[in-house]
Amino acid sequence: MAQNLTTTTGGEVERLNGENARRPIYRPATDIFETDDHVVLVADMPGVGPDDVEVTLERRVLTIRGYAHPPAPEGYRQVYGEYGTGDYERVFTLTDDIDQDDIRATTGHGVLRLELPKAASAKPRRIEVKAA
Amino acid sequence: MLAPTTYGPRGWDPFTDMRRLQAEMNRLFEDTGSLRTGRVYPPVNVWLGDNSIVVAAEMPGLSHEDIELTVQDDTLTIRGERPLAADDNQVAWHRRERMTGSFARTVELPFRVDPDKVEARFQNGVLAVEMQRPEQDRPRRIAINAS
Repeated sequence: MAQNLTTTTGGEVERLNGENARRPIYRPATDIFETDDHVVLVADMPGVGPDDVEVTLERRVLTIRGYAHPPAPEGYRQVYGEYGTGDYERVFTLTDDIDQDDIRATTGHGVLRLELPKAASAKPRRIEVKAA
Repeated sequence: MLAPTTYGPRGWDPFTDMRRLQAEMNRLFEDTGSLRTGRVYPPVNVWLGDNSIVVAAEMPGLSHEDIELTVQDDTLTIRGERPLAADDNQVAWHRRERMTGSFARTVELPFRVDPDKVEARFQNGVLAVEMQRPEQDRPRRIAINAS
């Protein structure tokens, strides 16, 4: 089966993003699966609200970004940490058999879900066999 | 015995073997998935105040209805289950990185907390639980009498 999406390598990176804030950027854990007529991408972005997600498509490069607003409790000091807070970014390369005009994106509970419809040419087609 | 796997009820089906292979691959990924994420779930951060504590946990995709929170003395327990994003038999997986399955996490707190004064909030997949130290347990200043 054709691999519809490939991802860039590289894990957590840190860089200056605009303005003055130096925030770490994480690569969101992502599930990708394929149904008969869609490729679905599900990415975990905890702490990211529905309005803070950015999905861009330039030619065949799909970029997802999320900007987290972690609720740092006031008057408290952090004494233990297992996860870092920052932003999310990940880049995928689409193959040609995705209908780029009809991509649907939904968010909720810190999860981004993208539904990428397969182009008509990529769907399985039944070939009629006629008796000679 | 020669298993006629490629002969389904409707005759020859070249995709039967492929589907079987796919199912096997899915199982394989499922196994390695649990190994790869062999760390405790969910990850937590802890903040300490004067007489209170905040435990935050990242559980994207879940809401307050999906988890069970219990507090006893100085122990906080978070229980829940993260479902698979799609039905195994309906889809072909390309990548599976998100943790799935049931989980239970116990966090030991530095002091006992009042179970009646627990405030939990779940926002954008991040749970934050604020707990208070009971009044009678708080450190008290002792006046020293000059003799």
